[in-house]
Amino acid sequence: MKLSEKFAPYVFLSPFLILFSLFGLFPLLFSLYLSFHSWDPIQGFGAMRYVGLKNFAFALGDEWFWHSLRNTLWLAVAAGVPQHLVAIPLASFLQHRLNRLRNFVVGVYFLPYITATVAIAILFSALFSTDFGIINQTLRSLAHVPLIGQLVPADNIKWLTDPDRIKPALAILVFWRYVGFNTVLYMGALQTIPPELYEAATMDGATPLQQFRKITLPMLRPLMYFGVTLSVVGGLQLFEEPLVLLTITGGTDMAGMTTALYMFKSAFEFNDFGSASAISWLLFAVIVVLAMINSRVFRERDEVRGVTGAKKSAGGKR
Amino acid sequence: MKRPGLVDAVLRPASTWSAYALVAVGALLMLMPFYFMFVFASHHRSEIFQLPPPLWFGSDFQANLKILLTQIPFLKNLGWSLYVATIGTGLTMLFCSMGGYAFAMYSFPGKRLLFSLVMSTMLVPSFLSMIPTFMIMDLLDWIDQPRALYLPGAASAFGIFLMRQFIAASIPKPLIEAARMDGCGELRIFFQIVLPLLGPALGTLGMVAFIASWNNFISPLVVMRSMDHYTLPLALRAMQNPVNTEWGAIMAGSAIAVVPLMLMFVFFSRRLIQGLTVGAVK
Repeated sequence: MKLSEKFAPYVFLSPFLILFSLFGLFPLLFSLYLSFHSWDPIQGFGAMRYVGLKNFAFALGDEWFWHSLRNTLWLAVAAGVPQHLVAIPLASFLQHRLNRLRNFVVGVYFLPYITATVAIAILFSALFSTDFGIINQTLRSLAHVPLIGQLVPADNIKWLTDPDRIKPALAILVFWRYVGFNTVLYMGALQTIPPELYEAATMDGATPLQQFRKITLPMLRPLMYFGVTLSVVGGLQLFEEPLVLLTITGGTDMAGMTTALYMFKSAFEFNDFGSASAISWLLFAVIVVLAMINSRVFRERDEVRGVTGAKKSAGGKR
Repeated sequence: MKRPGLVDAVLRPASTWSAYALVAVGALLMLMPFYFMFVFASHHRSEIFQLPPPLWFGSDFQANLKILLTQIPFLKNLGWSLYVATIGTGLTMLFCSMGGYAFAMYSFPGKRLLFSLVMSTMLVPSFLSMIPTFMIMDLLDWIDQPRALYLPGAASAFGIFLMRQFIAASIPKPLIEAARMDGCGELRIFFQIVLPLLGPALGTLGMVAFIASWNNFISPLVVMRSMDHYTLPLALRAMQNPVNTEWGAIMAGSAIAVVPLMLMFVFFSRRLIQGLTVGAVK
C-alpha cells in the first residue's frame, strides 16, 4: 500500500516529533510543574506534594541564590562585553586586510569553540595554578620588562583560590573560548556591506580608521545589540566551566558559584528538586527580562539617532 | 597645511604593521593553551609543576597513557563516546532530514504553529530541562543506558531548521511533482530522490551533531552512573582530584579527546564554522 500525500508529512515528522515532545517539550512543562511541588527523590515519585509558591519564596529568601545571581551577572557582563570590543575590530581587520591567510587565522580563533569545555577547563586549571602555572610564570617574566613590569603584581595571583580572582579567571576562560565565535558572526555581517561604500570613501580620502568609524561600526550596529545579548544570555547560563574549574562548591566563599551551578547543587546535593526547578525558572525570568531591556534600550537609542529604518531593513534580511 | 609625507611614510605603515602583530599575538594566545596541553601530555606531573615549567615535549606520553588506563577505563570511555556520538549523529541526520523535508515540501494543518514551536525551543536555555530530563530517564529506567544520550540528542531543533532551509532552497518542487506523476510513492521520493541530493547539508548537520555529542558534558553528567559508561568529558573530570591529580595523564587523555575534532576542523573548517554560526544569526 502506498503512503498517501496527505499523511506523508506526519509520517516523515513522527520520529522527530515523538522525541521532541518527550525530551524537548515535556521536560519544560514538567519542570514548571516541579517548581510548584516539593519532592525528594529518595521517597519515590509518589511523594510529590503541591506547595504553591513556597519553592519560589524559599529561593528568593535564600541569600546564596542572590549571591549566585550576582556572580552570574558579573560574569556574563565581564566575560561577554570585552569579547565584542575585541571581535569587532578583529573581524574588520580580518575581513578587509587579510586575504590568503584569512581562513587560517579565523580557524585559529575559532578553534576553542569546537573544543570540549571540560578539556578546556581542566587545562586552564593547570595553567592558572598559583605557584607553577604558565600564566603566573609568564607574568613573573614580564615583571622585568620596563613599563609593562610595573603593571604586574608582586605576588603570584591566586587565580583559583582567592575569591577576588576566581571570577576574573573564569571570565578569561570564557573570553578565550568565545571571542572567535563572535568574530565570525561579525565577519558574516561585514560581508553584506556593499564594497562600493568603502571604495567611495577611499576616493574621498577617508582613512581606514575613519572608514571603520563611519561605515563599519554603524553598519554593524544591529548585530552588535543582538551579539551582546547572545553573549550575556550565554554567560548567564555558565555551568560547566565553574563546575570543572572550581568543583561543585563554586570555589572559595562560593566566589565562582553561578546560578545554574547552584540549581544543580540544590537538586543533586541537597535533593531539593522543587526549589532547584524554581531557581531555574527564576534564572530564565532574569534572562528574558534582560534580553527585553536590552532590545528596548537599544531600540530607543536608535530612534534618538534616527537609524531605526536602517536597523529594520538590516533586520529584515535575517 | 599639514605635511602628509610623514604620516604616509611612517605612521600609517607602522599602525598597519602593529595591527598585524596584534592579530598574530592574539592567534598565538589562542593556540598556546592547546600547545601546552600537548606538551604536558608528554611530561610526568612532577615535571609539569616545576620552575621553569616544561616548554617542549617530553618523553612520558606512554607512561601517562599507562596511568590513564589504570585510573579510568579510558578505552571503554573512548568507545562509549564514539558509540553514542555515531548513533546519535546518524539518527539526527535521518530524523531531521525527514522532518525538515515535511516542513519544506508539504502543506498540512498546524504546520506553521508546529514549526514555530520547534524553533522557539532553540531559544530555551538547556539548564531548564536538566532536572526533569534526569527524572524522565529515571522513570523510563534509562539511567546509565546509551539511548538516554543519543535519543534526546536526535530531536535537534537546529537540525530541523538547517534541513528545512536547505531543502526549501535547493530541491525544486517540480522534481517532486514529476516523480509523483510517474507513480513514485512518497517514501520512495524522499529516500531515493531527495535524500541523495542533501549531501552538503547532511554533512554539515552530521559534523555539528557529532561535535555536540562528543563534547557534551551536562547530559552524561545527569544520566550516567557507572564509570564504564562515562563519556570522555565525564571520565576526564573524574580524574581530577583535590590532592593528587595525575596532570600528565589527564592532559594525555584530554589531548586524545580533542584531536579527532581538531582534525575534522582542519579539513572542514569553513563548513563547520558556517554550520555552527548559522543557528545564531537566523
